[in-house]
Amino acid sequence: MLSSSANAIFWMSRYLERSGNIARYLDVNWHLTLDISGEYETQWEPLIATTGDEEDFSARYTDASRESAIFFLTADEENPNSIISCIRMVRLNAMRIRHIIPTEMWENINVFYHYIKDAVKRPKRITENPYDFCQEVKRYNLLIGGIAYDIMDHDEKWNFFSMGRFIERSESTTRILDVKYHILLPSPKHVGTVLDHVQWNALLKAVDGLESFRQRYGQTSSGKVASFLLLDRYFPGSVLFCLNQAQEHLHSISNTQTWEFSNAAEKQLGQLCNSLSYCTMDDLFEYGLHEFSDDLQIKFGRVQQAIFDTFFSRMPQVKQQQFQS
Amino acid sequence: MESKYTFKDYQLEGFYDELVDSSHAPRKGAQILDRRLDSLSSEELLAIQNSAEKAFFDLGITFTVYGDEMGTEKIFPFDIIPRIIEAYEWERLEKGLKQRIHALNLFIDDVYNDQKILKDNVVPRELVENSPCFFKECIGIKPPKRVWCHITGTDLIRDKAGTFYVLEDNLRCPSGVSYVLANRQILKRTFPQVFTRSKVRTIEDYPSLLLEKLYEVAPDAIERPNVVLLTPGCFNSAYYEHVFLAQQMGIALVEGSDLVVNEGYVYMRTTKGLEKVDVIYRRIGEDFLDPHVFRKNSLLGIPGVMDIYKKGNVTLVNAPGTGVADDKAIYAYVPRMIQYYLDEEPIIPNVPTYLCSEEQDLDYVLGHMDELVIKEANGAGGYGMLVGPRSSKEMQDAFAQKIKENPRNYIAQPMIALSRCPVITGDHFEGRHVDLRPYILYGREISVMPGGLTRVALKKGSIVVNSSQGGGSKDTWVLGK
Repeated sequence: MLSSSANAIFWMSRYLERSGNIARYLDVNWHLTLDISGEYETQWEPLIATTGDEEDFSARYTDASRESAIFFLTADEENPNSIISCIRMVRLNAMRIRHIIPTEMWENINVFYHYIKDAVKRPKRITENPYDFCQEVKRYNLLIGGIAYDIMDHDEKWNFFSMGRFIERSESTTRILDVKYHILLPSPKHVGTVLDHVQWNALLKAVDGLESFRQRYGQTSSGKVASFLLLDRYFPGSVLFCLNQAQEHLHSISNTQTWEFSNAAEKQLGQLCNSLSYCTMDDLFEYGLHEFSDDLQIKFGRVQQAIFDTFFSRMPQVKQQQFQS
Repeated sequence: MESKYTFKDYQLEGFYDELVDSSHAPRKGAQILDRRLDSLSSEELLAIQNSAEKAFFDLGITFTVYGDEMGTEKIFPFDIIPRIIEAYEWERLEKGLKQRIHALNLFIDDVYNDQKILKDNVVPRELVENSPCFFKECIGIKPPKRVWCHITGTDLIRDKAGTFYVLEDNLRCPSGVSYVLANRQILKRTFPQVFTRSKVRTIEDYPSLLLEKLYEVAPDAIERPNVVLLTPGCFNSAYYEHVFLAQQMGIALVEGSDLVVNEGYVYMRTTKGLEKVDVIYRRIGEDFLDPHVFRKNSLLGIPGVMDIYKKGNVTLVNAPGTGVADDKAIYAYVPRMIQYYLDEEPIIPNVPTYLCSEEQDLDYVLGHMDELVIKEANGAGGYGMLVGPRSSKEMQDAFAQKIKENPRNYIAQPMIALSRCPVITGDHFEGRHVDLRPYILYGREISVMPGGLTRVALKKGSIVVNSSQGGGSKDTWVLGK
């Protein structure tokens, strides 16, 4: 397929996934504030950190109140990672490939976009109670993902679509874990308290993983949650799961096996998958969870660059002919 | 329930109406529709109109309102009452269009090759060679099957007596066909019963017919040519159409930056390297096509593509250079071309045209500015024109000045009282002026799509149907025998 189309479908998918992730964190944080507001001060700042936009936020807002945090993440057109900005990018990219995605997909993206655009015109309704808004964003994410799975050909574009989704999700899970580990507790002595537990549970909910975690890991503990989110092989929100899936899709594009590699993207992603595959909970803590996350972010960056160079760059090696005009 | 939307007290105001005859009875082809309309209450009809509009909106068949920072999007105005053309009328139009396109194509091929028509002084040489749309770069080119105008959207109008005229031949990049297909899709949902009983001819196969023609004009000996559609990008006002056609034909939609010229061929950049391209259905103006040859600063085109085209290694559709026959001054000579090349009388007449480049005509035009419609020879979109009877003395004087400065650039035509069609307004039907743009495809042979874009000037009394100036559209039903 055209490099530019592959690029568009990849980013369409990433921005769609991003909007869903933001909606989930927001929803969970909202519920968390309802649970613990009697005893503890509610925190909205960490939520901003989950999208990595603390700098932009603190430069343009005076306080991290509920109103400003929710507005920033949903309706702020100047924030490139707000839900409205994400959906704009989803639609813009979808427009470029409208002829190769199913009409149902385009139509739902379009209706989704108009819903969001109308909703953010009345931001107060969202900041006062983001529940309905978040539900809609999550619902459209599932709907469009379902259309991709059920209606779109499982060919190259599907591989780029899926790869975008999984790569975005792996980055977002990494960030949210890191945020919990460093910012949320009032002081180190709160580790192991009710608040700590409530927060770990919230974290699991934010990636739709609480039920899965309970069934297979039982009681919550920081170590178990961290290894569940980073290393679990079955949970679709875990970093390793996402990267393994992304690797499968990457190799489907070039029609190669995952134990070999034919381009820079496969090499980078393969190395990353392997290093996580042979990692344990103890290794994580020995290395330091925060350091581990930082390291992951750097490697994500390399994978991203390699994917761009391999597939999307508009300048493959072509000798430009010289013309006299 | 009594509906206010009925043809009974519909006002004709002296114009020819496409659906209603002078005794206020529905024309034969519109009788089934009339009965259906009578069975609907006003509320029901408006509800149908609203749901049709919502369908357009959800499908994203919209344009962004200029200067609106909120990015408000609107649908192209659409009226659910169809325009109906009966079988016998269409038969004549189809023959006339084929005849005209045949002659025009011969003319284009002639002026870029043997120039017989110029040597025989049937069309003045200076008129052709001074046309800004005559490209010297195209001289000597013999495109596959000698076809230049593969896709044409001829504008037809009808006067008070109901006679059809050709108003313009759009031979460059005519747009609008996607609206024809979208309008039809929506109208099928709107009036299903009327549809089957009226024997409306299908237009569904247009994309596959178009693809077939594009295959037919590929460079020789290519079995399954790689056809692409070249668009200026998703901010272009016709982008919806580009996407739609690419999707329906299952071909790649590319921008200039997706294509590259390399060692004698055109390639597109894919995730797996370069892939050869054989036919480019270009939806960018020819002057933007190749910065090496035409506009030097064009970022939309493909540097070097003209060279490959001249070698016959890629086909450009429509061929660059067709614009010479689109010049409104040359338009006046089309009836003579038909006689010259085909030895036939034109089946669909031209609107009488005065050429300001000719002294006698110029004097007449300057003396009758309040009666004539005066247009730029290469204007489009309803711009650069003066509608004499609707203009002030000052506007006429200013326009006269422009004509005197460059007479070659202007033509004039008598004001035609365009036919009308009922549209839904407020709480009743009112007549609005319409034109008709059928689409003609030319590959191995010429085919005319049974239908076309009926554009309607929604402003009361207006005769400008262009969508950029408040025009809307209607589904066009060509009835079977």
